[in-house]
Order: sequence, then structure tokens, then C-alpha cells
Amino acid sequence: MSIEEIKEMINNHLPEMVREVIQNTTPATLMVDPSRIVELCAFLRSDKSLYFDSLSCLTALDNGPESGTMEVVYTLYSIPYDYKLNIRCEIDRNLPQIPSVASVWRTADWHEREAFDLFGINFLNHPDLRRILLPTDWEGHPLLKDYSQQEKYHGITVKY
Amino acid sequence: MANQIQYIYNEAHLRNSEATKYGEKDLKTGEMIINIGPQHPSTHGVLRLEVVTDGEMVVDVVPHIGYLHRCFEKHTESLAYNQIIPYVDRMDYLAAMNSEHAYAMGVERMLGIEKEIPKRVEYIRVLVAELNRLASHFVAIGTYGMDIGAMTSFFWMMRDREHILRLLEWVCGARMLYNYIWVGGLYYDLPVGFEERCREFINYLEPKVREMDKLLIENKIFVERTANVGVLPLDVAINYGITGPMLRGSGLKFDLRKVDGYSVYPEIDFDVPVGKGEMGTKGDCWDRTYVRMQECYQSIRIISQSLDQLQGEHKRTRDFDPKAMVPKKIRPKAQDLYVRAENPKGELGYYFRADGRSDQPFRCKVRAPSFVNLSVISEIARGGLIADLIAIIGSIDLVLGEVDR
Repeated sequence: MSIEEIKEMINNHLPEMVREVIQNTTPATLMVDPSRIVELCAFLRSDKSLYFDSLSCLTALDNGPESGTMEVVYTLYSIPYDYKLNIRCEIDRNLPQIPSVASVWRTADWHEREAFDLFGINFLNHPDLRRILLPTDWEGHPLLKDYSQQEKYHGITVKY
Repeated sequence: MANQIQYIYNEAHLRNSEATKYGEKDLKTGEMIINIGPQHPSTHGVLRLEVVTDGEMVVDVVPHIGYLHRCFEKHTESLAYNQIIPYVDRMDYLAAMNSEHAYAMGVERMLGIEKEIPKRVEYIRVLVAELNRLASHFVAIGTYGMDIGAMTSFFWMMRDREHILRLLEWVCGARMLYNYIWVGGLYYDLPVGFEERCREFINYLEPKVREMDKLLIENKIFVERTANVGVLPLDVAINYGITGPMLRGSGLKFDLRKVDGYSVYPEIDFDVPVGKGEMGTKGDCWDRTYVRMQECYQSIRIISQSLDQLQGEHKRTRDFDPKAMVPKKIRPKAQDLYVRAENPKGELGYYFRADGRSDQPFRCKVRAPSFVNLSVISEIARGGLIADLIAIIGSIDLVLGEVDR
């Protein structure tokens, strides 16, 4: 199934969901409206001709303070049909939040915790949004482009 | 810097940062929190499990990870593509060749040179990756036996793994962290005489694996200890994004070497073993270990066929240069790419974004199989016994270097 067909299917089901098709990616990417991401993911997972039953990867990206945006990319894979698809959402960098898809794929739970930890993206309605790789009282989110390390952590000099 | 004291004692520093998810007020009568790890040998590294117990029963498990976190992804943003390879080694340090293979494949795909890599290079890559897969499975099976009380399996598997590590050391000079597979080629060709020695070795190895099969997998004590323990149903496995031997143990014939058919795997004949629930329920700890054991035979088959090719059609020639295709400058066009490959632990994925203006990736996210596979532990350990929890951790086959990255 081509990316245009998937786009048509989604737009028939959820009007004006897909904003754009981005071509220079592998697999092809659909830029979508972040506020309805849960509905979209539930549709993609359970639709009989798609069955995107596995969330391979969830990537967060920071485009830097100048652009003022962050991105969340969902890499989906359909085991029965061998389809691949990227779903991309652009969110505001000053108020980074997006609904959690952990209710659709349980694997999103840890992926989203990681994105929260390293980028500070707030996943709304997440079952257990705690830091996962860094300690709870670590300051800042390391993968932001404008991150600067804290000087001391519990009295230990951070910079070596 | 040398004269500076690194740490000054202050009592306030001992305040811990929310060491546990559960507090005293969350517990019901008779429940107790037990921390297993991070220094416990059965957690296979620095993993800490916060276990809420009711007597001998596990009420909930909360894994705490990050003790080995180095923020690999931050490193990649300030390194050129070819300089990232040594860091890739240090993620899954038991199967570094496989990680390198996936990484090199991804960057080659971005550059568009994937199809131009010489066949001999591809066969050598498959050969070393499968040797490394054997070594990784040997550690998994050996330490798993030790976790649940069988010492011999550990010694025997380590003995045979040592042979593999020495072979790989001969190839590239390092025992575990190789930096051998480069973007566009290899560091060196195989050393002279390697093919012959390697064939000798796999002829020695196959009976040893069979012996191990009899000693451990079919052992009645082992079966009693692992069958019907930690059952992972297929739908739960897929929803949790489980891949690799764990997913196949739950009964799905899904191997990226077959599904995606990357490198020269389509030209090689091998089977994909799946768990059938022979000893208990489909998807239990025994099935997962059984799948790993069966994969060892398949890896031996792949190695033997690669050696046939390397000694036959694609044999060593005087003018063969494995570095011929290595690009002088790696600057991919602006694009996003998700590449994945079958590692011993499962699907290893890299999500690259290249901005087209620099030699460094804008973002390189790693989808680590151990990280995802670990997330299911509370689901399958809940309601079991503490002793079974140990059996479940071992059957997941974790590498904490990859979980924490």
C-alpha cells in the first residue's frame, strides 16, 4: 500500500488529520495533527487493512531554540502486512506536550518515559511518567540543543 | 583539577532521589519492598528491581535502570558518522559485530552505496556477526543455567565462547569491542588461514552444542524450573514491542534476517526456530531458551555457508581491498532513515536524521532491543514467585549496556 493510499484512508476516517506527506524519509512520513494522535494510532492499529500492531520506535527531536519546535516521530510496523510508516508530530518547544499513546501500544510507556527524561516532553495521560535513565533530581534534559550541565550533583562535580 | 577534591561529605547529599516508586503508605498489610540489585549477579549487570512482595509472591516489579547511562545519543551529535562506530560497540558489548553491522548498513543506505558493497565484504560481515551471535547466545544460555543452579553449563559455554573471542581477536585485534565493520567496508580482510581455522572450529563446535542441548535444555531439573514460568502470550509480546528470541519463543516466526532480507542473508539457507510449548505453555522461559539453543545450530549453518562462499566464489584475491568503498567524507543528503537489523537480543533500530550540511548526524536514536524487552518484566513476573522472577530475568537475556545506552 502506498503512502498516498494510507493518507487517503486516514483522511476519510479522521478529516484533516494528515497535514503533509514528507518524501525524503525511509519509511515515508505523514505529518499529522498532534492533538488527535491517540485516535489516529488506535485507528492505524486496529484497521483491518493496515494492522500497525507494533510500535518499533519512538523518537523525539529538538530542532533548537531558533526554530521553536520539537518533533515526535512514531515508527510503526505492521507484522501481518509488512508495512512500514513514520508518523511525525510537531509540537511547541516552549510548551512541549502531546497525548500519550501508551493506551494503544504498551511499549510506548518506556519510550515516552525516555523522551520525557531526555527532552522534557510531557506526555499527557501517561500511566507512569517518571524519569527513566537519569535520577529524579537531575536538572535539565540532556538531549535539548541548548542543554548545559549542572555544576554539582549531590556534591559531586559533574564536569570531569 | 588534580588537586581538587572530588567529593565533600555532606549529610544532605545522602538524601536519595526517590529511590523507590512504592512508599510505605502504598503497601497493604503483609507486603514488603525488596530491592534486588544493582549489584546482584542474577540481574546480569547493574539492574535494580524494586519488588513488592507478599511473602513469597511477587505483587509488582518496578525495574530501575540508568546506572550505566552515558547518553550515547548526545555523543553522536558531536561525532562524525565513522567515529560513532566504537560507541556503537559499547552498547551491546556481547554482540558488538551485530550492532556495527546494523549501523554501517544504515549509514550506507543513507549514502546510497548499500548495493555497491563487494560481496566478499558482505559475507565476511555475516560471518563475524554470526560468530558474535553464537558468543552472545552462549553467554545467555550459560549464565541462565547458572542463575537457576546449573554451574556446568556456564563453564562449558564460556569455554566455547572463548574460542570465538580468540577467533575474532585474530580478525581485528580486540576481544569484545571490535570497530571492525566500517561504513563502506571493513577494517581489514580476514587474516590468512582464518577460513580454514574457522571451519575446523565449527566442526568442533556442533557436537559441543548438541552436548549442551542434552545437558541443559533437556535436563529434567531445568525443565521443571523453567517450563510454565513467565509465560508471555503472543499478543502481549507484540503490544510490548518484544522482538528477537523472546518473540519467537512466543510462537511467531518473525526474523528480520528473513523478513527484511538485508545483507546477503537471502542467499543463505537457514530456518527460523520458534517456541512450540513442548514442555509447558507456549512462550514460557523454557521456550525462549530453547529458541536460543536452536538458533545456535542455525548460526553454525550460516557460518558454514559463508565460509563456502569465502573459500569458493568470493575467495581471497591479491588485489582485494576491503576499504576500497570506504567514503573519504560521509555527508548524507538531508533525510530521515530508520534502519533495523536482527541482533541476538532482538530488533536493533537506528533512527537517523541527517541535515545534509554536516558530517555529524542531527539525531541518532537507538531502539535497543534489551530496553524494550525489559519493559515487559513486570507484566510476566507479577503473581509469580520470587525464585521465578530470577528465572524470568535470565530468560530475557539483558545487556545493561544497551538498556541504559
